[in-house]
Amino acid sequence: MNLGKIYKNIFLVIFLGFVLSACATQTTQKIDSQIQGDVYTGTDTVEYLADGVPDRVFFATNESVLTTASRETLRKQASWLRKNSEITVVLEGHADERGTREYNLALGERRANAAKDYLMTYGISSSRISIISYGKERPVDSGSNPLAWSKNRRSVTVKAN
Amino acid sequence: MINKRLLLIILLIFFPFKSFALIEVDITRGNLNPLPLAVSSLASSESDKEKLKKDLNINDLGLEISKIVENNLKKSGLFNPLDKEAFLQKPDIAHLKPRFEDWALIKAQALITGKVNLEDDKLRVEFRLWDVLAGKEILALAFTTVPKNWRRVGHIISDKVYERLTGEKGYFDTRIIYVAEEGPKTQRVKKLAIMDQDGFNTKYLTLGNELVLTPRFNPTNQMVTYLSYFKNLPRVYLLDIETGMQEVVGDFAGMTFAPRFSPDGKKIIMSFAKDGNSDIYTMNLESRIVEKITNHPSIDTSPSYSPDGKYIAFNSDRSGYQQIYIMKSNGKNVKRISFGNGLYGTPVWSPRGDLIAFTKLHKGKFYIGVMRTDGKGERLLTENFYQEAPSWSPNGRVLIFYRETKTDSKGEGFSAKLWSIDLTGYNERLVETETDASDPSWSSLLSN
Repeated sequence: MNLGKIYKNIFLVIFLGFVLSACATQTTQKIDSQIQGDVYTGTDTVEYLADGVPDRVFFATNESVLTTASRETLRKQASWLRKNSEITVVLEGHADERGTREYNLALGERRANAAKDYLMTYGISSSRISIISYGKERPVDSGSNPLAWSKNRRSVTVKAN
Repeated sequence: MINKRLLLIILLIFFPFKSFALIEVDITRGNLNPLPLAVSSLASSESDKEKLKKDLNINDLGLEISKIVENNLKKSGLFNPLDKEAFLQKPDIAHLKPRFEDWALIKAQALITGKVNLEDDKLRVEFRLWDVLAGKEILALAFTTVPKNWRRVGHIISDKVYERLTGEKGYFDTRIIYVAEEGPKTQRVKKLAIMDQDGFNTKYLTLGNELVLTPRFNPTNQMVTYLSYFKNLPRVYLLDIETGMQEVVGDFAGMTFAPRFSPDGKKIIMSFAKDGNSDIYTMNLESRIVEKITNHPSIDTSPSYSPDGKYIAFNSDRSGYQQIYIMKSNGKNVKRISFGNGLYGTPVWSPRGDLIAFTKLHKGKFYIGVMRTDGKGERLLTENFYQEAPSWSPNGRVLIFYRETKTDSKGEGFSAKLWSIDLTGYNERLVETETDASDPSWSSLLSN
């Protein structure tokens, strides 16, 4: 047996394995970088209320719990609202298309309220915040795939005046 | 309740020959051998034909009415209307005295004949149902109505024939209220629409200026309760179909949604969302008294009364996920009834009271199914990418619901359509609508 040849073959196999897995991760990485644990983390649909103040936060399927990133976004919104005390906002709660219409209306309301509660703990008066749920009626991405759904599970802060 | 607009008088007598009939249609199983029957064109005199042609712009009204009957019976999946080309006997003679051998020859087991004429500008329609093998008449009826109601005559005949041959009430003289949809998925324009059960006589009840959802009839079919985003305030509304009058239901400081009438039509039951929590409320339409029925920090929605009004089925995520619960109408004795794998929503109590139809999500698929009121005997009728919101036909034999298609990678190819399926899980059909459609609600029988 030629040991050298065996080593060479093993090396080749390992090398090929590297190339293949690199190809596979490239596509999943693209989605992974935008979704973390089912929550959208990209910036595709995000608009800005002011410089560095994103207008929306995203949720996991069936959830209304605020993620670390969402809380950071809402703290930025709160600080912007404190500096602009004349501004009032509407929080629009949304769900993805993978749920019954009536339940999703309730879920959208619950999500917008989670965002409202957080803004209030950072000193924003409830009188400056109104909320509305659109359930699954106003998706921002019309796709039928996990990435699109993750973008649609959101609460968007909109200037009301 | 008498519907003034629809002057409809049953003139002749209904001859019950039930015990003698040879024809029997079993509707409890999927019907693989629909009953072959012949629907003869309804005969009318040449002079009446001319007059009707002038009034309604229809060449042969008797023929058109017979086509409505054929279409209804065929779509029920229980009957197989035979091709009129094969008929040997003329409509007027057949109506007087059928030559049963001729009809047996083309394998018809039942025969429907009739006559249409004008009497003082009223439309008079009579029909007879014959048992071909026994060689006798088993049903004879006549109606008088205003000519423009001619389609309803076809539906009423269909109901009478269905009832005579199956032993159960029909569901053809009914309407569907639904949400007509148009435009891109991200900006759908939605209107309330109403149509006859067979897709004809579509009327739009709102203009599409605001989002409208989930319309439901009251027991007399004159009122509709629905959700409207008028002035961007999502609230439950009440609409009088005839007058077009609309009003907000109650004075709630937040979103009200998921409305339905109580079986006596006196109350509306709905969800009210406040501070991130949705609970179920009722409002009495006469006294305006509002009652809170559930009191739980979870989402409680999609309430639906049992036909006797004693119980309410609803949807709650108090266990962590969407499940179906029932309780007494006062909110006491809450009991979870759905225990299968997956999420359950949109419970709707059947008009017979023995079943609850629902939507189920399991492993990325949506199902329409039924279970008994204790949650046992779950049967899934149809599986798809997305479908929900079943509504029962008034006889509890058919469910109508809506189905949405998956979009492609570019987000194209979205559609929403109404579908119907028998309780047996057979006879799934697309219900044709002028536009895309969702949130269907089936009326009760308009006559009787």
